[in-house]
Amino acid sequence: MTAAHVTAAETGLTGLTGLPGLTAQTAETAGSNAWLNVAIFGAFVAVTLVVVFRASRDTRTASDYYAAGRAFTGAQNGIAISGDYLSAASFLGIAGAIAVYGYDGFLYSIGFLVAWLVALLLVAELLRNTGKYTMGDVLSFRMRQRPVRAAAATSTLAVSFFYLLAQMAGAGGLVALLLGIESKVGQALVIAVVGALMILYVLIGGMKGTTWVQIIKAVLLISGAAVMTAWVLGKYGMNLSTLLGAAVENSPKAGEKVLEPGLQYGATEVTKLDFLSLAVALVLGTAGLPHILMRFYTVPTAREARRSVVWAIVLIGVFYLFTLVLGYGAAALVGPAEILAAPGKANSAAPLLAAALGGPILLGFIAAVAFATILAVVAGLTITASASFAHDIYANVIKRGAADDKDAEVRVARITAVVIGGVAIVGGIVANGQNIAFLVALAFAVAASANLPTILYSLFWKRFNTAGALWSIYGGLTVCVLLIVFSPAVSGRPSAMFPNADFDLFPLQNPGLVSIPVSFLLGWLGTVLSKPGDAAKHAEMEVRALTGAGSEKATAH
Amino acid sequence: MSIMSTEETEWVRAQQSAEFVELKRRLRRFVFPMTAAFLLWYLLYVLLADYAHGFMATPLVGNINVGLALGLLQFASTFLITFLYVRHADRHIDPLAAKIRQDLEGDDR
Repeated sequence: MTAAHVTAAETGLTGLTGLPGLTAQTAETAGSNAWLNVAIFGAFVAVTLVVVFRASRDTRTASDYYAAGRAFTGAQNGIAISGDYLSAASFLGIAGAIAVYGYDGFLYSIGFLVAWLVALLLVAELLRNTGKYTMGDVLSFRMRQRPVRAAAATSTLAVSFFYLLAQMAGAGGLVALLLGIESKVGQALVIAVVGALMILYVLIGGMKGTTWVQIIKAVLLISGAAVMTAWVLGKYGMNLSTLLGAAVENSPKAGEKVLEPGLQYGATEVTKLDFLSLAVALVLGTAGLPHILMRFYTVPTAREARRSVVWAIVLIGVFYLFTLVLGYGAAALVGPAEILAAPGKANSAAPLLAAALGGPILLGFIAAVAFATILAVVAGLTITASASFAHDIYANVIKRGAADDKDAEVRVARITAVVIGGVAIVGGIVANGQNIAFLVALAFAVAASANLPTILYSLFWKRFNTAGALWSIYGGLTVCVLLIVFSPAVSGRPSAMFPNADFDLFPLQNPGLVSIPVSFLLGWLGTVLSKPGDAAKHAEMEVRALTGAGSEKATAH
Repeated sequence: MSIMSTEETEWVRAQQSAEFVELKRRLRRFVFPMTAAFLLWYLLYVLLADYAHGFMATPLVGNINVGLALGLLQFASTFLITFLYVRHADRHIDPLAAKIRQDLEGDDR
């Protein structure tokens, strides 16, 4: 199999049945330390549960449950944002993509990082000033409440679902590697345990508990990656160029190509378009991710929201520089063939690198951190989705905002969290084995298509109205999801989710290139075809957005 | 809504005040061009990575090629724009926004 052939056939990043000898050896390496891995992970769960319990003692009101009383500082929230954002996709997915596909994996990290400028410059502060808990708050500010909130909640649930799918799929692969669980049933069981734990965090801790879990996890993840980066560079005389040379040498199939773009996406004109589509979705997706948007409400002011984005950009940027070293380090020290042969395939590059560097103890630590990463991100997504359902749909659509009983709203949020947890478990079992960076890119495409146009229009376009918002959200969401369903990622090739079915009518794996412009266009069209929005409401929203007058304040305990 | 409440007219008045118009101008004159700039720069990078493999593969120092250098420059420009925006907001936006907010909230109470 030539390199070009591999990349053309496997742009889904999965596939490649490995060399049996290597699989056995890897599974054995990991399997013999299963108990160590479980012990380290168990310690993380125990510590975070204690923290969550302590945090939950203060959780009384809806503002506490959804927005942690708006009492976090910018720095704390920034670390928590990086915890939310640096999901398993960033750590396992990007490191794996770089290790196997070289330079093309690097694009993920650049897209993921540059995207933060959209959030910083256009969204974070204005959003903080105009909402309470959810994206629906902002969108419905000057629109008709019920339809817009229902739409916002629908797209929030859809994005959260795709994102959850990616995380749960990652959990399956990771466990396979760590505990040597090769059977699909065993992996499914572990996915269910992860789901149950995450529900526990959310139920007990609310936003405050979840935020602390994010902070602990972010510190562990970033410092763990820093240690490994220094270790890898140390082996090559602190010289990046030498490391790259070693990666080339240890990648016999691709050779020099691992340092150049195109190994994964350069095969045909269609894959090149796919690359462009992915790049657009990545850069525009972040500022539409509901679980990131919700984080801006956990700080007291817009200024703190800005500060938290700055913290997040620095931490995330530095982390992605680490993954560059880790990815090429895994290629140099472990080798792409062995990585693809391991149970978690490309996703196992970082844990295998840890094993190669520091033996079972470092493997156990890094694996536990990766696992904790999944757990924390899943908890963050779940609380967002449940808040959106309870606050937007239950309190404002079903009860028409008349229910003053905030306890009931929080109760609905908790029930929703359990339901979402269940759905995530099932979805994770189906998506088990897919590359998680790729799956997350789909979530970004949905976020960029369904949410971003409406957010930007409602913050910056005076004429924008309810019809425009609905057209953009539902239109963008529908086009995006349909294109995903009919893409080669879902059916029609061995690496797809349903390899035996064949309905891949749309050639691109990532729909962003089509669905995002369509959504912007629909938002514009829906607006100009109907009456302009309420000018007085627009005045209020704009003044509040820019000055922070009348914004939700922190609650003091 | 046929009749505007006093609260609503107050927001409209605030929106039309010279101070607020100035605040809006200061914000938009920074964030719109900057957004256009970083998106174009990102798009240029992506298109080069997609369609100019040979150029991106040109070696610079040792095994470090143009592609890697441009990728790292994307990191650098992101950090730089973040720094510039925070400085701009601290100097030109926050003080004015705080003043308008105090005027508005002072009236309420």
